Formats: sequence, structure tokens, C-alpha cells
Amino acid sequence: MNPTDCKYTKEHEWVRLEGDTAVVGITDYAQDQLGDVVFVELPEAGSTVKQHETFGVVESVKAASDLYAPVSGEVLEANGALQDSPELVNTEPYGGGWMLKVRPSDPSELDSLMDAAAYDEYLKTLQ
Amino acid sequence: MTDPTISSNGTAPPKMANSRGIFAGRQEPVPLIFEMSVPGRRAGSLPPSDVPAKPVDELLPEGERRRELNLPEVSELDVVRHFTRLSKRNYSVDSEFYPLGSCTMKYNPKLDENVAGLPGFRQLHPLQPEQTVQGALRVLYELERLLAEVTGLPGVSAQPVAGAHGELTGILMVRAAHIKQGRVRKKVLIPDSAHGTNPATAAMAGYDAVTVGHNRRTGELDFDDFKAKLDDECAAIMMTVPNTLGLFERQIVDICRLAHEVGCYVYCDGANLNAMVGQVRPGDFGVDLLHSNLHKTFAVPHGGGGPGGGAICVTAELEPFLPAPVIVRHADGTYGFDADRPDTIGRVHGFHGNFNAALRSYTYILSLGREGLYDVGANAVLNANYLMHRLKEAYQLYVDRTCMHEFVLDGRTLRDHGIRTLDVAKRLIDYGYHPPTIYFPLIAPEAIMIEPTETESRETLDAFADAMLAIAREAREEPERLHEAPHVTPIGRLDEVRAARQPDLRWRAGTQRKAAATPAEARHEAAVQGRV
Amino acid sequence: MTSYAPTTDQEREAMLAAIGVQSIDDLFRDIPPHLYKPPLDVPEGLSEIEAWRHLRALSEQNLDLDHYPCFLGAGAYRHYVPAVIGHLVSRGEFLTSYTPYQPEVSQGTLQTVYEWQSIVCELTGMDVSNASVYDAATGVGEAARMACALTRRRRVLVADTVNPLYREVLQTYTSGPDIEVTTVRAWRRDGTRLIRSESLADAVDDSVACLIVQQPNFLGWLEQVDGLAARLKASGAILVVVVSDAVTLGVLRPPGEYGAGIVVAEGKWTGGPPDFGGPLAGMFACRQEYVRQMPGRIVGATVDHDGRRGFVLTLATREQHIRREKATSNICTSEALVALSSTIYFSHLGKQGLRDVAELCLQKAHYAADQIGALPGYTVATAAPYVMECVVRCPRPAAEINRALLARGIIGGFDLGRFSPELTDYLLLCCTELTTRAEIDQLVHELSAID
Repeated sequence: MNPTDCKYTKEHEWVRLEGDTAVVGITDYAQDQLGDVVFVELPEAGSTVKQHETFGVVESVKAASDLYAPVSGEVLEANGALQDSPELVNTEPYGGGWMLKVRPSDPSELDSLMDAAAYDEYLKTLQ
Repeated sequence: MTDPTISSNGTAPPKMANSRGIFAGRQEPVPLIFEMSVPGRRAGSLPPSDVPAKPVDELLPEGERRRELNLPEVSELDVVRHFTRLSKRNYSVDSEFYPLGSCTMKYNPKLDENVAGLPGFRQLHPLQPEQTVQGALRVLYELERLLAEVTGLPGVSAQPVAGAHGELTGILMVRAAHIKQGRVRKKVLIPDSAHGTNPATAAMAGYDAVTVGHNRRTGELDFDDFKAKLDDECAAIMMTVPNTLGLFERQIVDICRLAHEVGCYVYCDGANLNAMVGQVRPGDFGVDLLHSNLHKTFAVPHGGGGPGGGAICVTAELEPFLPAPVIVRHADGTYGFDADRPDTIGRVHGFHGNFNAALRSYTYILSLGREGLYDVGANAVLNANYLMHRLKEAYQLYVDRTCMHEFVLDGRTLRDHGIRTLDVAKRLIDYGYHPPTIYFPLIAPEAIMIEPTETESRETLDAFADAMLAIAREAREEPERLHEAPHVTPIGRLDEVRAARQPDLRWRAGTQRKAAATPAEARHEAAVQGRV
Repeated sequence: MTSYAPTTDQEREAMLAAIGVQSIDDLFRDIPPHLYKPPLDVPEGLSEIEAWRHLRALSEQNLDLDHYPCFLGAGAYRHYVPAVIGHLVSRGEFLTSYTPYQPEVSQGTLQTVYEWQSIVCELTGMDVSNASVYDAATGVGEAARMACALTRRRRVLVADTVNPLYREVLQTYTSGPDIEVTTVRAWRRDGTRLIRSESLADAVDDSVACLIVQQPNFLGWLEQVDGLAARLKASGAILVVVVSDAVTLGVLRPPGEYGAGIVVAEGKWTGGPPDFGGPLAGMFACRQEYVRQMPGRIVGATVDHDGRRGFVLTLATREQHIRREKATSNICTSEALVALSSTIYFSHLGKQGLRDVAELCLQKAHYAADQIGALPGYTVATAAPYVMECVVRCPRPAAEINRALLARGIIGGFDLGRFSPELTDYLLLCCTELTTRAEIDQLVHELSAID
């Protein structure tokens, strides 16, 4: 069961509102599919991301996946800890493995995303 | 001699390696050549200067000169032993069967090596006057003519030095041809079964790579998807024939015709040309351009990853766009370079391409001749179908059809036993074989792609098939042995995650240890260092 | 005819029967019948004896450098190849192995590539290097594309003292994507002499991705590089340095020391004969922070599950087989065997041997220049320090001089009229440690005899 305080994309990103800030990462399913994460490329603070467009890349040894923004807005912070410890994406996908903190330009965008129950259903269709 | 890898039930697998270096079991790492360095030790010798020597300070100001250079200081025997030892940790065609799909690991004739070593070819400066290199120019000219005949594409340049290099050359020619005709094109169509070089090439040449799907049942291009995506924005479609499932694209004539109707060129990735040699000419079925991997089809040894050759072969229409200069035969029978080529895409190599590789292919083709070339394709396809026939019960096929020079097994056959393709591949090493190409093409999950080539004997194919069948049995009976494989190699499965997370890409002077007094100490030291 | 296929007629029949078909033709049913088995206009095959005779005869139609003194450099350099190299690289285990995809059975190749990368880094003064690119010329093209990707800019500056063949390849490599290449004038004439212009950095502005310079440059002399990197850095651009013969790095300060961000060097001449210009092997090195934009294969050290040191291909997500159209380049082949020759060369020569070779080249080239400069009508035109190549001004067109020399059994220098229409009377002459004093004296004698 994925956390219920998050919303989810079909590309397996999650977003969680913490006050005025949206925290973004990839789901447990995504990290499991990728295997051991070895590198994460993220945008700098101050740049902007747009919903459903790529904002970075997550790499395992033999795969590279684009990351898609679940919400539009200005990047407040990229998770610097992933530079030295990309494995956090594997071990704590919803915690220490977060990727971006974004100031959403339109929080209502989240309404178009799946909630945890819908995402769990969606995952079943991928088996 | 007892082999530690024999199955727990006591029966030896069909071809369990035991006495060969690379299969002799775990060994200490070979120290780096830097770690063998002893201050003041030297190899080789140079003559004293036979011209009056001036102080170096006078010729090169101190500020321009290097202060330090950390190269190894070793003896000549150190060098010979070091690289000989390392060579023994390599698998090679000369010693074993190498069924690596898509790579055409055929035998590389030794005559070609001797020819490539002739001083009259090796000791030539690339900028010598044409009249002093007539023999070399004739080799390049005649090789290009022979490739034109084999491919049915009359314009040839041997300047590209690798398959991907030939692709880039070809797609830049496509671009130049469209520009010349005032056509603006944006896209290159690429089947989802293609090698990664195809989309990478399209992007390098400034095009958007558009993926075309495949037909799951036939393993061929999805014709409807192709027709839907083909329009007058398409610069080219890059087809691999036979495709990466080892299947001939039966619609290729129609694909070419439809593409041409909208001014789209058909590029053929010649990686799999070996199947077609002597059997069918890509130019005859409508292809406009093709690169030929000389290191696959035309027997240039792979050298651990090059040098190869990627000659580009094109129609008469595209000939003006070939890289310059081109090699010509003058009316008086002499050979020369023609750089006066207004439509050329330009130069793609510093000099004339991999001449020394071209020399090997020329010798190879002349040795085989017309009948021999026919035998290449015929035997390559025969061997592949024979091996496929022996394996297709134990491992399902991705598509069950007569194959060309290679075929793709479906590694999901063993999934129920917790066995993945990687496990089969690593276990094959225990049986003394280099694994086939795995996880490619991407459209075939858990792919095991096998290309035996024409130079392998029936006994070799049978022995390999026996090993594959034994592994399929092991997968059911003792799968854990597969997970731990390989057991017999100098080193076990390596931590690739660590390699990527903490890249260690070079030796550094700071890590230099005190030179060990004896080889045993050096080995010990290296072993300790390796454990960190 | 020669055949390398072992299958006998009898075996073929048995194999066809096992497959369940009648004939070979049955295996090719997928090929449109009207295209199957076309007549090939290819000669009958040759036996080994015939093929050997034919090829040896062709080789003897060439005037090879073992028999004719040659003063050509201009991007290809003939150095002595120690005997050990041929013996080691012709071992079948190196010669007939594939790219090291399966590390457990490829440690030999993998470790030699790691050693090559280490040597390239030492020579260039850079942090990281790859397994090699095709040659220095395509390396320049890759470096330009890499600099554009790193800076997200589309303008490339290249000094006109960079080898014109490298610049041609650069043009080809950047012709697809929208990259603008601007050539910067880096030399001028001062009377009969050629001197460095001081404007290299002036063309740099905030739209420039990189400046490419060659060191020593195509004309043989040392480019003024001090301060260049700082100037580029202030504009957010990258200094790319190309070296056409790695021997020169035996005496010259490494490009990393003067701020290069990417270094390309030709690694063929250190360990291999000229081979009519191919195969070559481009050294490609850069700063640590650029490694994920570097093209080509990279080998890294790691450990196996018992902690034993071993080597693997790594950082592969940059490459075409994973990243496809988003890859840093389409390159997959390296020039491994040439790089191996070079690795053995540098290991064999060691730090002192390489310096000695470079200094011999230095002495011979200066001796030749002194002798030729003393001839009436000839002047040494190079005004800056140089290592093994020097420009001389001749009393008549260089093409005529070369023709006259060839008639006397000498392959002359590079006719700089092919480099610039201003320089039809100029020859670029090269001496290496293989050039003997007797050959230089013969050249000087013949030059003095040309009327």
C-alpha cells in the first residue's frame, strides 16, 4: 500500500503537499523496477518545472528513466543528499529519497492525479 | 583432475572446462602496471643523439615543459609478463566458440593478419604523394568495388571506421541529399527492435527519432504503424535486415517502395549482412544506403572493441554526397584521391579510414571469391537454423520461424524456476562458453540472442547445444547453482552498482604503494587493495 | 578458392535433415525469389599462396618509409615501435575478443583499458578518460558536441592553426545539429616569418561553448595558451585542447595544467606504425565534473562478491544502447587494439623513455632547421618554440621542391600551399627519433642541389 497522503502519476512519481510546498519523488514500485539507483540528475533551485514534462533523470546500472513533474512550479530545493547517497531512492522512496521541493503554481493540478487507492489499482493492471 | 564446479549429483556437464587459464578458477588479481613500477627501472633502449645536441632549455622554455610524468617504470620482461597474463584472462574466438548475437564472431583468417603486417602497407604515411602509394590505393579502390558488388549499391566509401560511424555518415548524406533537393525533413523512422545506435545517430544528425512498432506474431516491422507514421517529413527509415530477431523482413520491398513514394530514403543497418552475403543484395530490394561492418561480415578481428570498419555503400543517386575525398581509378590505370566533390558531406575521419582493417577485408573477399562468398551466407544460416532447432524445445523462441544468421530464445521459459537470462548466461561460462548477447533486442524480454556464424563445425554447435540443455535441466533441479555462476572464472560476478555509484576510472599517483619486492608480494598487495 | 567453413557436404545434408528441410534454398524462402542468389561479378577465390603473392606484390608497389627518407608529419608521425608490442597485441586473446561485455571472461581487455585511461589522464593532466574514440579528428567533433551539451550553447570557436583535416571532420560532425563553427585566425606573416597572433581570446563571448586549439599546433609551434582558460571560464566557455602526437606530451606541460576542460590526443603514433593513416585511436579526457557528458566506453574498478578487485564497463547510461536518442554520442566501438598498443608503448618506455624519445625528436628537428636555414634562399619561418615540426620558407613553390626531392628518393615535407594560399613557398618539415642525421644531411644536400 502506498502512502495515502500522496498523489501519483502514471509514470510513478508521487507528490505530497506539506503546507505551501509540494514534495516530489518516485514510488516504491518505480525504484523496484529500476533496481539499484546509482545517479539522480535534478534541476537547480530557482528553475521551473511543468506538470507532465521531464525534470530530470534517474539511473540504475543499466537503465535511465526520465522523471516527469507531477505538478508545475518553481523548484525550491533539490535533494542534495542523493548526490552522495542515491541509494536513498531505493531504501526510503517516500522519505529520504525525495527529489524536489516545489512551490506549486497551481495546486489544483493535483486533482488530476491518482490517489493511493487508484494508484494501487493502476499497478495491478501492470502485472 | 577434479573440477570443483561439477554438479552436486556428481555428473560432469558435457563440456566442463577445467584446464584452461580463463576457466581455472578464482585467481588473485593481476597488479596494475603502475603498481609494478620500481623507480629507475627501464625497458628498451634508444640510440644517443646523432646530431649535435643543444641544451633543452634553449629549445623549449622551462615554462612550456612538463615537470612530472607518472608513467610506470618497469623492465621489458615485466611488460611482456604483465600483458601476457592479462591476455590469459580474456575469452577469444581463437580459443573458443563465441556465439554473441549481432556481433558475427567468426574466425579471423591468419593470412589476413600477415597481409596487414606487410611493411609495404604498414610503413606508409597517409599524406605521401599518390604515385608512391599506388598499391594501397588499389586495395581501397578494389575493396570498395567488391563491396558495391556484394551489396548492390554502387557508391562506396571505406572512410567510416565503425558501424555507428557509417550510420552517422549515411544519415548525414541523407540530410545533404534532402537539402540539395530543397526538402525540409525532420524525422527518421526507427523500428523498436533496432540497435541503440540508430536513434542515437538520428539525433546526432539533427533528426527526431520516431519509433515504429513490430508485429508480435511475425517479429517483423508493424506495417500499419509504419504506414501511419510515414509522411513527407520523414528523411529516412533505418531498417536492420535481417532484423535483430534474426528474421528476414519479408515486406522490405514494399517498405522501400512506400518510403520512396514520399521521398524518404531507406537506410539499412548492415550489422546483419553476414546472412545475406551471396544470397541477396540490399540494393536489389530497394535500400538506398547501407553500412557494412567489416569487423563482422568481412572478418576483421574485433580486437577487444575495435578497430573495425564501417564502409558506407549507397545508390548512384546518393554517390555525390559520399565523404571526400573519394578514391578513383584514372584512365591510365593509376589510382588517386578526388577531393573535388561539391556535394560531399565532408570528411568523417582524419585520414582514409581504417586502412589496415580494409586490407584484411580485401584479402578475405579475394580469398573466398564468388563461391566462397555464397558459402558464407548459406553456412551462417544453416548453422543458425540447426542450433535453433536443437534448442527450441527447451527454450521457447520469441518467434518460431526459419531464422537467418541468428535467433532469439525467450529466457522467460525458465522464469518459473526463478531463473533469469542473466543466470543462464553466467552459467554458460562455467561450461566454457562466452554467453550469447542478452537482453537485446529490447522488444524481447529476457532475450538470449545466438549467432553461431559459418565458421563453426557441427560438433561445436552440438556441444554448445548440450550445454544449453544441461543448464535448462539445472534450472529446474538446482537453480541455486545458476545464481552463483560463474564459478570457474578468475573473478566472480562484479559489483556494478558500486562501480557506477563511486566511479574509480583511473589509477592515481597518490595511491601508489611501495613497490613490492617480489611478485608474490605484489599479488598479495593487489589482493589486499582490492578488498578495501 | 579458400573456405573457412568446416561443414562437409555430408554434414550439411544431415543438418538439413535435422532441421527438417530439403535444401539450403528452403532456408531462404523469406527472400523474394526474383532477388535470391543474384549473379555476383566477383572473381574466383584465391588459394592462400595466390592471395599472399597478390597482396605482397601490391605492398611492394608502395614506397614505404623503411626504404625512403620521409619528412612528412602534419598529423601523422612515425616513431619506433618496440618489438614487444607486435608480439603482445597479436595474441589471439586480445586480437579476437569482443568488447568486454562479460566482465568475468574479459578482465584482460578491461584491465588494459583501465590502464590506458590512467595513462591518458597522466599524460594530459586530466581527471578522467574513456576507452578511446576513433581518432583525434572525430574526437574534436565529439568534444565540440560535448561542450555544446555542457554549456547549452551552440557556438564553437576553432583556431585556424588546428589541423585542417580535424577542422573538416569538425564541420561534418556539427553539420547535423544546429552548431555554428567559427574559425579564429591564430597566425600571421611578419616578413618571411610566421608568428602567433594575439587575438585568440578576443573572439570569445558569452555565446561561445568552447574554443578549440591544437598544442603544438598544425604548424608545429606552441600556441600561446596562458590566460586563455581563465578568459574562457569568465565567459562560461570550455577550453578544448587537441594534441596530434602524444609523444610531445613527454616534454610539454599537460593541458590540464593550463586549464583545459577537454583534451583530445592522437594515440596511434605511440605504439603503432603509420598504417597509411588508420586505424588510429583518439585519447579523450576531461574534468571530473564533465564525465557524464563524455562520449564512449568507460571502464571502472570495482570488486566481486569476495572483495577481489576487478573491472567493468561503467557509467553506461550515457551510451546509445541504453539512452538511445538521448545518448551523449552514437559511438560504441572504441579502437581498443590500437589503444592497447599505445598502453604497452607507454608502459615500456616509462617516464624517462618517453621524455628521451621526445627530446630526440626535438634535437633532430632543430638540427634540420639549422641546416636548412643556412642554405641560400631558405629561411626558418617558425618564430615560436616547437618540438618536432618546423616551417621553412623555400626559394620556390614547395610543391616543386617536393617533386624534385621525390625524384631523388626523398619524400619531402608537407606543402603548406595546401593549408593556406599565402604559404605556397612554405614547407612543414618533421623529424622524429627515427630520422637519422644522414637522412637530414641528404635532404640538405638535395635541397642545395635543386636549381
